[in-house]
Formats: sequence, C-alpha cells, structure tokens
Amino acid sequence: MMKTFTKIKGALIIGITGLSVMVILGIIAIILVVVIIGGKSQFSWEFLTSFPQDGMTKGGIFPAIYGTVLLVLIMSVAAVPFGTITALYLTEYAKENSWIAKTIRFAIRTLAVVPSIIFGLFGLGFFIKFVGAGMDNAFLGGRLVWGQPNILWASLTMSLLTLPVVIVSVEESMKTVPRELREASLALGATKWQTIRKVVLPGSVSGILTGSILAVGRGAGEVAPLLFTGAAYYLATLPSTLHDQFMVLGYHIYIMSTQSANVDQTLPIQFATTLVLLLLTFILNLIGVVLRSQIRRKQK
Amino acid sequence: MAENTRFTAESLKKKFRLSEFLAEKFITGIAFLSITIIVLIFVFVFREAIPLFRTGKAKEVAVKEQVTKINEGLKPESYGDTVNQASPVVVTNKPAPQAYDEDVIRQVENKKALKTLNTATWQPVSDNPRYGLWSLFFGTLKVTLIAILIAAPLGILAALFTSAFAPTWLREILKPAIELLAGFPSVVIGFFALMVMASFFQDLFGYASRLNAFVGGVAMSLAAIPIIYTITEDALSSVPATYKEASLALGANHWQTAFFVTLPAATPGIFASILLGTGRVFGETMIALMATGNAALLSANPFESVRTLAATIGAEMAEVVYGDTHYSVLFLIGALLFIFSFGMNALAEFYIKGRLMKRFMGR
Amino acid sequence: MKEIKIKIKDLTLHYGQKLALNNICLEIPDRRVTALIGPSGCGKSTFLRTLNRMNDLIPSARISGEVLIDELNIYDRNIDVVNLRKRVGMVFQKSNPFSKSIYENVAYGPRINGINERKVLDEIVETSLKRAAIWNEVKDRLRDSALGLSGGQQQRLCIARTLSVNPDVILMDEPASALDPLSTSKIEELIHQLKEQYTIVIVTHNMQQAARVSDYTAFFYLGELIEFGKTKTIFTNPTIKQTEDYITGRFG
Ligand SMILES: Nc1ncnc2c1ncn2[C@@H]1O[C@H](COP(=O)(O)OP(=O)(O)OP(=O)(O)O)[C@@H](O)[C@H]1O
Ligand SMILES: [Mg+2]
Repeated sequence: MMKTFTKIKGALIIGITGLSVMVILGIIAIILVVVIIGGKSQFSWEFLTSFPQDGMTKGGIFPAIYGTVLLVLIMSVAAVPFGTITALYLTEYAKENSWIAKTIRFAIRTLAVVPSIIFGLFGLGFFIKFVGAGMDNAFLGGRLVWGQPNILWASLTMSLLTLPVVIVSVEESMKTVPRELREASLALGATKWQTIRKVVLPGSVSGILTGSILAVGRGAGEVAPLLFTGAAYYLATLPSTLHDQFMVLGYHIYIMSTQSANVDQTLPIQFATTLVLLLLTFILNLIGVVLRSQIRRKQK
Repeated sequence: MAENTRFTAESLKKKFRLSEFLAEKFITGIAFLSITIIVLIFVFVFREAIPLFRTGKAKEVAVKEQVTKINEGLKPESYGDTVNQASPVVVTNKPAPQAYDEDVIRQVENKKALKTLNTATWQPVSDNPRYGLWSLFFGTLKVTLIAILIAAPLGILAALFTSAFAPTWLREILKPAIELLAGFPSVVIGFFALMVMASFFQDLFGYASRLNAFVGGVAMSLAAIPIIYTITEDALSSVPATYKEASLALGANHWQTAFFVTLPAATPGIFASILLGTGRVFGETMIALMATGNAALLSANPFESVRTLAATIGAEMAEVVYGDTHYSVLFLIGALLFIFSFGMNALAEFYIKGRLMKRFMGR
Repeated sequence: MKEIKIKIKDLTLHYGQKLALNNICLEIPDRRVTALIGPSGCGKSTFLRTLNRMNDLIPSARISGEVLIDELNIYDRNIDVVNLRKRVGMVFQKSNPFSKSIYENVAYGPRINGINERKVLDEIVETSLKRAAIWNEVKDRLRDSALGLSGGQQQRLCIARTLSVNPDVILMDEPASALDPLSTSKIEELIHQLKEQYTIVIVTHNMQQAARVSDYTAFFYLGELIEFGKTKTIFTNPTIKQTEDYITGRFG
C-alpha cells in the first residue's frame, strides 16, 4: 500500500519535471514555427537583397542585413583580440587564486550580467559624448563628426557586451591544451611567449572560433545597446564611413512593429525580418554550441 | 653534433628578452581592461546623472522668484514660466548665448525634478515635468515577479529532470537545446509576445489592454528560463556523488534521492540562478518596450499596462536633449539599474557560492 | 670514476607543506647513463625535473640546496632558465609530440633558436631523426602529422626533437614505460648509442632495463636517496637492505 503510494509520487515527480522540459522545448518550437510560417511568404532572395521601398511598406531589408554584418564585423575586430588576450592572461600568466585574477574574473562575470541597456548608456556617455566629442574638439575644431551616434561607437559598445562570451570560450579551450605540450615546448628551451605563440594559440583556434561565433550571434541580436548609439530608422544609403549611422535587423523589427504607422500592412515584412534574424542567430548559436561541446569533450 | 661544451656562467647568463617582457606587460595590461570597463561604466553612467544634483544656483533664482512673485502676485504653478520668460532660449533648446542663464535654468529644473522623484507620476514631457520613479519601479517589480514566478519553477524542474532522471544521451541533447533559447534575441521574443502572445492571452482572459505586465512577464520568463535552467543544472550536477550514494544506500529510491537529497544540497546554486534570472529580467529592455504597453500606471492588477525602468531609458533617451534634466534623470535610472544588477551578481557570487563551497567541502 | 657532470648538494624540495625530496646529495658522471629507480611516488620525477628546473612551473614547489652542472649552480639567480633548458633536454614519460608534422616537430627547437634557413633545418631534422633511429621509418612522410605515428615511433620522435637542439644532458622520465617490448628495445639501443656524447639520466620502473642500459644507479625511497653506485654493484651487491629488497622484488 505504502509502496504504491511512493511509486505514484515518484511517477508524479518525474512527470512534472519531464513536463517542464517539454513546455520549454514546446515554447522554442512554437516560436520557431510561428516565425517561420509568418515570414516564409515574404522571405526570398529578392527580400534579402533589395532596399526598402514606399516608406518601408514594400521591398527588402538589405541595408539592415548589411548594417548587421558590418556591426558584428567591427565588433569582432575589437572583441576577439581583446577577449583572447584576456583569456591568455588568465590561463598563462595569472597565478590561480591571486586577487588580481579573481578581480578580473569577477569583472568579466559582472560584465556578463550588466543589462544591455546600460551598455547603451555607456556608449552614449563615454564613446559618443566623451571620446567622440573630445575628438571633434581636439582635431576638427568642434565640427560635429564623431560626437554623434555612428556605427563605430555602436560596434565598440557591442564589443564590450560580447567580451565575456569570447573570454569564456577561449579560456575554456586554452585549458584543453595539454600541460605536457607546454612542458615539451619549454623543455626545448622555448620562452613562455614562444610557447604561447606556437603551442597554446594554435591549440585554441577552435575556442577562439567558437567564442567569435557565439559573440557574433549575441551581437547580431542585441538591440538595446544600439537604441541611441547609432542605429537608424531608415537610411537611403548604406553606411560608407565609420561615422555613418546604420540600419540593423533587430532595430528594424522593433521600429516596424511598434513605431510605424501601418503596422498591419507590413506584418509579412516584419515576420520575414524576424525570421532572418532568428535564423541568423539560431544557426550561429547552433554552430557555437556544437563546437563548444566538442571542446568540452576534449576537456574530459 | 654534441661537442660537449662546458656549462659556464657566461653562456648561461640571464638574458633580457624584450619581446618576452613586452608580451607579458601588454597581455597583463589588456587583461585589466575588463576591470577598467566596469569602472568606466560606473563612472560614466554616474557622471551623466550627477549634474541632476547640482541645484546650488537654483537658490538665487528662488530668491529672485520670491520677489517677482510678490511683485506680480503669480501663482506658484507658473514658477517655470517666469524663468522661461526671462530667457526664451529654453523653448528652442538652442545653445544659449549667455551660458550663465542656461545653467541657472537647468539647475532650477533639476531642483524641481529632484522634488518629484519620490512620487508616482512619470510625466517627463510636459510644461510641468514630473519624474516620479515609483510607478516605474513598481512596474518593473511587477513584471519581474511574474516572469520569475513562471521561469523559476519551469527552469528548476526542467533542470532536475535533466540532471536526475534523463538518461545520459537525452541529457546531452536537452542541455544545449534549452541553451539555444538563450540565443534567441530579446527583440524576437518581444516581437513574438507583441504579435502572438498578446492576442492569445487577451482572447483567453478577456482583459482590456492588450499589452500589459502579464504579457511582458510571460515573455521575459522566456529570457530568464535558460539562465535559471543552466545554473541550476550545473548546481545539481555538481552535488557530490557520495551524497546520492549515501541516500541510495539508506534505501531511498531514485526520485526520493533526487528530490530530498540532491535538490536541497543544491539550494544555494538554485538561489543564485534565481538571482541572476531576476537581474536579467529587471534590466531587460526590448521585451519590456514591445510587450508591456509602456504606460506608467501604478496598480497591482497584472493585466494593466506598465512601464519598466529599462524601457523608459530605451524609449526616451533617443528623444531627450543632451545634458538637460530629463537626460540626467534617465542616466540616474541607468545608474540604479547598474547598481541593482551589480549587487545581484555580487550577492550571487560572494554569498551563495561561498555557502555552496562550504557545504560541499563538509563545513 | 669518470668526470662528474652534475653535482647535487643538499637538495630539498617541498610541494606546499609536503616534503618530496629530502636532502639529496649525488654526483652524476659525464657521458654515462645514470638510472633512477624506486617505488612510485618516491620523488624520481621530481628529482629529474629539478635538473632542468621544470619544477619552476609548479607554483607550490619550493626548493633549497644546489645543483651544479660543470660546477655551475643552475639555481643561481643569474642563470637563464630558457638557455639552461636548451642544454638540458628532457624526454617525458608520455610521448608528447606537437600536433604538427613530423618535420615541424623536430624543427621546432631549431626554429625557436632563430634557425629558419631551409637547408640548415633539413639537415638538422635528418641528423636528429637518424640519431633517434627513426629516420628510415619516417623519411618518406615527413609532412604527415606526428600524431599518426605509433606510440614507439612517437617517443623516438620526441627523442629526436630533444636532440635537435643539441643538449649536453638528456633527462628521460620512464621513456619506454608505455611501449611494447620491440619499441622498448629500440629505445634502449638508442640510449646505448647516445651515451657516447650525452650525459643521460633515466627514470625507470623496470629493473632489467636499469640493469641493461645504465652504468650507475640511484635508489630513491620516500624522497630520500638510499643508495647510489655502479649499476653492477647495486644489482649484485647492494649495501643497504632496502635496496636489495626493492631490486629483488621483495618490497612491501
Ligand atoms: N605538482 C605537485 N604538487 C604536489 N605534490 C606533488 C606534485 N607532483 C608530485 N607530487 C608528490 O610528490 C611526490 C613525488 O612525486 P614524483 O612524481 O616525483 O614521484 P615518482 O617517483 O616519479 O613516482 P612515479 O614512479 O609514480 O612516477 C609524490 O608523493 C607526489 O604525490
Ligand atoms: Mg614519475
């Protein structure tokens, strides 16, 4: 009697926990399916490669795709080297448990949890109003060029946000470079820096790649940091210099779905744009997750 | 090959290697960047908020004001107008010819703004702007509460299933699959909430405003679930096997062990996951902008529209004049958000992780 | 007795609080093979790694005493560790080739010394591989990954890599422990040839191997050097009971 009761409770618990998993997976599936169904009619090569027309009620999203790609490229150029070097410091130079290493790790984790809108504020207050305006005053006699939102400041802001992603991935993979290989190199009379260049870095290429991909996936989808650092509602031309504003997929979705006059009319465009962004980030994350699980397997 | 040279002091004398030295200094310098960034964020977010507290010159004006008031017999409400009359530049927001005057006006506005912070009315764009933070704060709290009430049980139970009941092959699929949700851009979740969930829930519950705290909360739970799930799963998996074995050896079965031994042993980690999930939701901007309705109402009803702190920054910062009172208030809100998320993280790290450690190290 | 190459004086090493080597005094002869034997955990590897200052890499290791190579104390403050390691090569227990080609593995050492000229590198690679008795097996696939070699071949490649920087002393930590008998005998043969030019210190768990390849033997136990002498003497007529027990396999 008692035993069957226990059994029922056990089945219940496994049932409830299993159900939670299914609910979560279900939500993921529903979002994917809804966005795919809603967007597929509009989704075409034409849509991806043409400019918006008629006040963004027709046409494609090429400038937004272009802006997104440009944004994540500039962002990676900043975030990947800095992230890799920080990871290098943590794995190769820092003494484990020294207060410096601990503080740096804490800073990185803090960076990872600071709300993305705060990065936007920082981008505005630091890059645009401090660095940018400072550059204008110092070199251009106060002419307003760098002291306003643009793609460079937006990308740099985004690179701060994605820095932890890079650091964590690279560090993880640097730890998989066997100690024996480092020792082999040092025993041959290589210096530490030579060992890093010839053994550690080549051994963590996959981690650097994973970190970059995950960072790009993150950066491509974030909108909040761009709201006032350079994303534009509509531009007739593509950004051609670093001090131009730019269109970006996520911001485009936000604007089209909340700020435009004829939301219903452009619904297919909105869904298709969302589909593009979701596919982009989904695929990037999928690749990143697979690569990372391979690195983790190597760790064991 | 080896002509067996002798080891001599000269041949093994310490060498200074410039590249080695530079590499180390350079790498160390870059590593400090993360700390620098955190400090800079602190400094610059506060730097833009601080002018709000400069009200010294407002006193002088207040004195003059008093005189004017007596002279003209004006009502206190038109206080701002008097100043405007004194220098019409404010209306056009062009750089004032006399910097002194603009500064004074700014400080008068600051003083008024500071007085209104502690109220419930958020009305920054009006003749008589009011910057009451309470409705924003409670709005944020309401949405956060709803989101966590949904995300925490789902995330924790799913994590329990993954770590305790799922076979290894399934676990290796589940973890990355649910982590993929973390990769969904919040603007996509916000769009989904705006276009699909809002109508669905309105049909279901039949409330008045389509976008409200509940819709926003549900949508934000999707952002919090992966965080809570992942950290809880890690905490559950790192409960030492000896704990479980001891329990099993005492005759407890599989689910009893999972529920009464593993889960309690991982409480600090689970608590940390909820803290971090809360931090995430608290500062979430895009979902809030798109799904909560953005009306700064003070109400306990979950089906009313709300305006969160983060959404307020996101919606208004692009429209404000650089350096004016409204601008500083938005940065003040940012500073509050930053302190909050920083505190959440620090709490999760120092307090919870320390406890977790102690617990596993056998006190 | 032959000329002394390495003289160890009162060497003591701690890992944190744990004493790993206690007051070791030992003289290692030039161009001879010295074997280090002893039960697991007695400090053989630790001792070997003090000879090229590999223990510097372990933060918890603290060391006192002197290691003199040609009368030069390698723990002196003015010693350049990087250059020291070029002169005191090391072969590890687990073969650890880089995931590069066979050629690049051997060229690694010369390259870090700034040798980049193709012809010179080719020559060094060839002589090193020949000396390590692996040239004939790999000469047609120098560009292939070193990880595709068998365990025995990998270990000989690692020896070739060590030889490529032309050291004076070679330290070997159980170089044949993971190998099959055939590969083991090849390595032993190799050691026999190498001792004409190099001073070799080898750690081994295999008594027969120690007897076969070494001229001198040091027996370690619990971080102490128990006995040191000519291999023949140690194996046929040890003076200390512990040594005898260990060698005859009667050890607890
Ligand atoms: N990095 C380290 N930190 C702390 N203790 C260590 C470290 N390396 C070795 N030890 C300890 O020092 C002692 C000597 O170790 P060592 O590796 O020198 O032994 P060994 O004689 O080479 O053993 P084996 O024959 O198993 O290789 C052992 O008790 C070991 O646990
Ligand atoms: Mg050993």
